[in-house]
Amino acid sequence: MINFEQVAKRYPNGREALSGVNLRVAPGEMVFLTGRSGAGKSTVLKLIALLERPTRGQVTVNGENTGQLPARRIPAFRRRVGVVFQDHRLLTDRPVFDNVALPLIVADSSLKEIDRRVRAALDQVGLLGKERLLPLELSVGEQQRVGIARAIVGRPPVLIADEPTGNLDPQLATEMLNLFRRLNEVGVTIVVATHDLHLVRESGLREVQLDGGQISNEPGAAAPLPHIEARR
Amino acid sequence: MSGRISSWGARHLQALVSSAGHLVRSPLATILTLIVMALALALPLGLLTLVQNTRTATGDFSGAIGMSAFLKQDVTEAKARQLTSAVRGRSDVSAAQLITADQALAEFRKDSGFGVALDALQDNPLPHVIAVTPASAATPAGVESLQRYLSAWPEVENVQLDSDWVTRFNAILGVLRRVLVVAATLLGIGVVAIVGNTIRLEILNRRAEIEVTKLVGGTNAFVRRPFLYTGMWYGLMAGLTAWLIVAGALRALAGPAASLASAYGSRFVLAIPSLGELGLLLLVGISLGWFGSWIATAVHLHRIEP
Repeated sequence: MINFEQVAKRYPNGREALSGVNLRVAPGEMVFLTGRSGAGKSTVLKLIALLERPTRGQVTVNGENTGQLPARRIPAFRRRVGVVFQDHRLLTDRPVFDNVALPLIVADSSLKEIDRRVRAALDQVGLLGKERLLPLELSVGEQQRVGIARAIVGRPPVLIADEPTGNLDPQLATEMLNLFRRLNEVGVTIVVATHDLHLVRESGLREVQLDGGQISNEPGAAAPLPHIEARR
Repeated sequence: MSGRISSWGARHLQALVSSAGHLVRSPLATILTLIVMALALALPLGLLTLVQNTRTATGDFSGAIGMSAFLKQDVTEAKARQLTSAVRGRSDVSAAQLITADQALAEFRKDSGFGVALDALQDNPLPHVIAVTPASAATPAGVESLQRYLSAWPEVENVQLDSDWVTRFNAILGVLRRVLVVAATLLGIGVVAIVGNTIRLEILNRRAEIEVTKLVGGTNAFVRRPFLYTGMWYGLMAGLTAWLIVAGALRALAGPAASLASAYGSRFVLAIPSLGELGLLLLVGISLGWFGSWIATAVHLHRIEP
């Protein structure tokens, strides 16, 4: 579903964020990315969502090689990858409904379809009945869940989340994790970047550790050749 | 399929309405922009109306283009009458009237105040004159050839066109029309620049929204749409405002213009721009607004990426 082959990313300022990363995430898998700040977690997520393109190597998501995707096909690509941010990036002047509906609106869905699917997504994150509220009228945890509803409303096969529990207390963080696991159970491939090691260990799911732009806990993952698939 | 088309239409309608909503929510900025745009549109419109009205007003006089054929001193009055009826019989002449030397002298004596001086003259120094009015369908070239034809008669001393001032006046109108084209072009560019700059600021203001929209798969066309509609709204409203400005200015001018016209014995009435012209003005305004926002979005939108 997601495949990194010998991926390096150097930013225009010269900083090499990733070097020689090999990572394979199978369809329907849920993976945690861990590591210190600046280890390259965010860069991996940006490469998956095609917010950045790799400097070297190949990133394949949903069968598309992101390095070669022409600009006009980027919107269609992004509709198939849901993104959840730590700062959730909601439009604060729009009610919850409009925020969640945005991915459907840009995809020209019918009004009936939008109404139905926005409600379904809000129901999944437990916010049904709060459609008319503005994001700032909600608690931090609820805002985060609006961001998740927006990410899943278009039913993308891939969902990525950057520190989704960063601003939440432990109880809310566990709820958030359970929400992701429920989405994963219905077949969504999920990559979550997090600092919360406790949460990762508790989940018992695969953990990919990044250190200095390389994967440090999966043998062979960072080796240039021969290519060895990342182990579960 | 029809569902897709109707949702596409609904999307455009939504962009149309929401862009209007954005304008209404910041009324002061919107009104200031509108005033500048409206003035830029009102200036050429006002000039156009002025030129057109002047043409209508002078149209009354174009029928008065005539010529005077001055006969030689030795031509008798009987011969002059004969020549007059010969001129009158031509197809390119609608009227010919003989003004005899005696009539002319009498009129001159009455109007000029030189009565006493004229009494001192022994002979009448004035010639007979045939006042010729060309057929109304005559072209300027036709009038000129008639003039050449009459000049060639041996009894005719000289043929003078009365229309020189009309020609000059038409030339002035021609210059004015050219000024109008130049002014309209320059001010049109001004309108595009005003809209472009306004839309640029709007794009910067809504940066976060644009980023999120692109992030969830919004195409450039989708992101661009509300800004194009905003530009078109500006154009439409500026066009309407410009029309109101010009109509108001004409109302203020109507009284003086009417007294000016009646002083010239004309029943000319100052005309406000017609509905057709209003439609054209709105179309021009909308096009300029669209074009200005098109340029602004083309330059600035691709710089905003999530």
